[in-house]
Amino acid sequence: MPADIDIERVAHLARIALTDDERALYGEQLAHIIEHAERVQALPTEGVEPTSHPLPMVNAFRPDVVTESLRREDALAGAPDTQNGYYRVPKILDES
Amino acid sequence: MTDLADLTIAQAGSGLRSGEFTAVDLLAAVERRAAVTEAHLHAYLTLDRSGARTAAEAADAALATGDPRPLLGIPIALKDNMVTRGVETTASSQILAGWKPPYDGTAAIRLKEAGAVIVGKTNLDEFAMGSSTENSAYGPTRNPWNTNTVPGGSSGGSAAAVAVGSALGAFGSDTGGSIRQPASLTGTVGAKPTYGLVSRYGLIAFASSLDQIGPIARTVPDAAALLEAVVGWDPMDATSYNGDLPAIAKSLDTGVAGLRIGVVTELSGEGIDPEVLEATMRIVDQLSNAGADVVEISLPAIEYALSAYYLIAPAECSANLARFDGVRYGLRVDGATTEEMMAKTRAEGFGPEVTRRILLGTYALSAGYYDAFYGQAQRVRTLLRNDFASAYGRVDVLVSPTSPTTAFEVGAKTADPLTMYFADICTIATNLAGDPAISVPIGLDDAGLPIGFQIMAPALGEEVMFRVAAEVERLAAFTERPRLATSKVVAP
Amino acid sequence: MTEWEAVIGIETHVELQTKSKMFCGCLVDSGDEPNTAVCPVCLALPGALPVPNKEAIEGILSIGDALECTLIEDSLFYRKNYFYPDLPKNYQISQYTFPLCLDGRLAVDVDGEPTMVGITRVHMEEDTGKSTHIGESGRIHGADHTLLDFNRAGVPLVEVVSEPDIRSPEQARAYGAELQRVVRALGVSDARLEEGSMRFDVNVSVRPVGSDVLGTRTEVKNVNSLRSMQRAIAYEITRQIEVLENGGSIHLETRHWDESKGATRSGRTKEGSEDYRYFQDPDLLPLHIDEAWRKRVHERRPELPAAKRARYAALGADPRTAELLVDAGDLAALFEAAVSAGAEPRTVGIWLTGEVVAYLRRENVTLDETGLSADSLVELAQMTGAGDLSATAAKEVLNGVLAGEGTPSQVAESRDLLQISDASTIETEVMAVLDQHPDAIEKIRDGDAKPIGFLVGQVMRATGGKADPRMVQDLIRRKTQA
Ligand SMILES: [Mg+2]
Ligand SMILES: [Zn+2]
Repeated sequence: MPADIDIERVAHLARIALTDDERALYGEQLAHIIEHAERVQALPTEGVEPTSHPLPMVNAFRPDVVTESLRREDALAGAPDTQNGYYRVPKILDES
Repeated sequence: MTDLADLTIAQAGSGLRSGEFTAVDLLAAVERRAAVTEAHLHAYLTLDRSGARTAAEAADAALATGDPRPLLGIPIALKDNMVTRGVETTASSQILAGWKPPYDGTAAIRLKEAGAVIVGKTNLDEFAMGSSTENSAYGPTRNPWNTNTVPGGSSGGSAAAVAVGSALGAFGSDTGGSIRQPASLTGTVGAKPTYGLVSRYGLIAFASSLDQIGPIARTVPDAAALLEAVVGWDPMDATSYNGDLPAIAKSLDTGVAGLRIGVVTELSGEGIDPEVLEATMRIVDQLSNAGADVVEISLPAIEYALSAYYLIAPAECSANLARFDGVRYGLRVDGATTEEMMAKTRAEGFGPEVTRRILLGTYALSAGYYDAFYGQAQRVRTLLRNDFASAYGRVDVLVSPTSPTTAFEVGAKTADPLTMYFADICTIATNLAGDPAISVPIGLDDAGLPIGFQIMAPALGEEVMFRVAAEVERLAAFTERPRLATSKVVAP
Repeated sequence: MTEWEAVIGIETHVELQTKSKMFCGCLVDSGDEPNTAVCPVCLALPGALPVPNKEAIEGILSIGDALECTLIEDSLFYRKNYFYPDLPKNYQISQYTFPLCLDGRLAVDVDGEPTMVGITRVHMEEDTGKSTHIGESGRIHGADHTLLDFNRAGVPLVEVVSEPDIRSPEQARAYGAELQRVVRALGVSDARLEEGSMRFDVNVSVRPVGSDVLGTRTEVKNVNSLRSMQRAIAYEITRQIEVLENGGSIHLETRHWDESKGATRSGRTKEGSEDYRYFQDPDLLPLHIDEAWRKRVHERRPELPAAKRARYAALGADPRTAELLVDAGDLAALFEAAVSAGAEPRTVGIWLTGEVVAYLRRENVTLDETGLSADSLVELAQMTGAGDLSATAAKEVLNGVLAGEGTPSQVAESRDLLQISDASTIETEVMAVLDQHPDAIEKIRDGDAKPIGFLVGQVMRATGGKADPRMVQDLIRRKTQA
């Protein structure tokens, strides 16, 4: 299975621009790690429920109460680019 | 007279309360120690001199009124993946260079409320991904016992600062051993509490179902005191535990007579450095002599823990780190389109280990692989929890070495990611299970490097865990300090 | 020639009108100032964590219950991973396997033809921020840059997914309208299409009649009204049939409805690009909706529009009147109050949906701003029933009441509209007319009933239209009998 890692597609899904050299390097390293990680498949797990949360708790809710928001200047303070109270980004390729 | 920077938190607390010295004096001593050692260690990314000064002065005013809070005026350090309002927080990543958060995380709030003096923010492996603190965008941290070696990671900055005395205590985060392994490698005490005991609100997420904030200190009682200041339900963290809290420091003096202690078979043989193993077994014998009932316990699924961890943690991190996109904060690398801007920003902003794990996690979650990788890893997690549950039916705590080796040389494991991953072989299982574990220093190896002893307990079993840890501390009588802390080193 | 059949399924997003957002305490509905209702959580600042709003969970459960869904006892939040600048975390907290509500239905009606539309699922998620594309076109194509406002990011969003049970643009419209009514009746959302608090994504495909294989679908977005949804579907059906009949094929793609051009245009191709890497959100606990909770939700279900329409119809309102009343909530309330105080339902219904609606529209006022009350409707109905007012006069009185001129009797008095129903007065007038038309009496006595109408008209004219026509007619019949 490791052989078929489509590193270009994975990098696209993760939105990380890789150079050709990086693609080759990460592709190889990922294959190596996956080979090790695949060991999990050796363990028979039929009928075993997955654990996604260590403590058996349910239903943590908050009441529908309005709390203070950030001041806009604080919210925008760390932004790379803003305009008239908005965050600004370059043009977008396509609508989602 | 002892340098104030060498006091334990307990000693400093009584000195402050008896008026022997002030919180401002104590802070000055710690900052002097940092001034001497930082050039060799690089434990800190940011020293918040003015914030610390203000807090120390406020502490002195409160002390004058007889305020009894145990951490009042105590200089502590926070790992730089813990969000602090107005103080640069980067998680050691280029992608957050210069970011000054507009809010405080819950742990920071509670520590400020406890009157602690936050000295600064410590170095880590970028986004807590690593076991050596070499993966920092701002340069590695060195081990104060031997600056050619690593302090462990990812909380290496916090561990080094405590070991050398540039903080009396510190907080780190532990996702696969990131508090305990550096504690082991620096001769300090480091505890990972039960998942959910400390709020994660304001902890920059690596792997949400594994991350826990915990203390690093020079003694077991100090670690307990630090932990008590931050535990408790937080309405801002849906996964925080809302039941009765364990009595963390209640049984520190009780000893181990009558306790049942299990030595984990899988962690006490192959793959463990003989010197480390020998030291571990010596303590096990002493515990037995002190009245504990020692048995050997096998946890078969632990063999699969590392593999499961390296699927679950990257998968969660691939989503957790998606927010770093150059839109709202942090680094932006320009591009003609937003898509290009994001991809370039992330390529430039993330270091190689972070990139590797994001790619790995993205792959493990992608269509067609989910069930074989992520889904299977979560089922392995269940089997591991079952193993632990049956073990805790027979014993009160489990013990093992914390790290398979003592501190390794800088650069020794950076070429092959897998060899570095094996550094966490003893610590990862408790993160997957959600259980607490602590590392206590028990001696030095022939090279003069510290060895750590790990005590694991069932969920919410902090009381018995700290009880055994305190006994191990007494039995080991480990009093050595790193050379860098004791010699009058001058900055180069 | 092939006969084609359309297969339509609709995904509806409904913003819930809670006070605070889904996972943080920021205000929902914060007005126009950008980025003023944002916090570390909804901006996805490093370290921030989501905590679900209980009221939003109550809201989605009430929708699921109203749509006859099974409310699922153990349900999970997932992360849906995709990068888009208006999505702060670059994943949306949503549900995947184990949503809160499964397997429901909604009855819709087009021109008296009922259809049952299956509801696949109803799940909880969060809204995105808003993008404004700056450039000469104002659209994404040709834009120079984009401005982002995160006030809407994290507003609770309920997604209702229908089965592909819809067969025509009209049915689709009726489904959308009925779903909107249900959501409004529950009081969980204002469900305004123009403002985006209710949004439709429509999956359309066509297939030859008789085939049970689904054709390739397109997903039509950007329909901002029920009318444009109907138009967009009609366009898309025609387009797809044309493509197929010309030997072409349909691609799985998103298409955007362009209202001004009356056409859909191709957007993103979906094939191969979608991989949302869903996994259970480790920041959130499982949801456990126990039986008591599910029962509570069901018991507080209000009367739904369909039931209300049926009840009004049973009271005597005609179906169209019932629908109009139910759709306009304030009229329905007035109708209920007047009818329960004894007013005749059919007449009151017709007044409310006719005269009253026309008045409100003409004067551009709301019902509250008029002088109309349940009491005045009851009084008006009584006066009409007692013969004090003619049907025409009743409408005029109603207008006077609406204009705030007083109670119906005061208006009738001041506008001089009361009928003459005093028997002796009417008899005097009738006798006078009969005296002038002996020939008509003759004809009637010979068995020709036609002149009766003529005589009634004469009496009405003589009384300025105020005599009770029924009394006049009765009297004429009696007096002309041999
Ligand atoms: Mg959706
Ligand atoms: Zn918010």
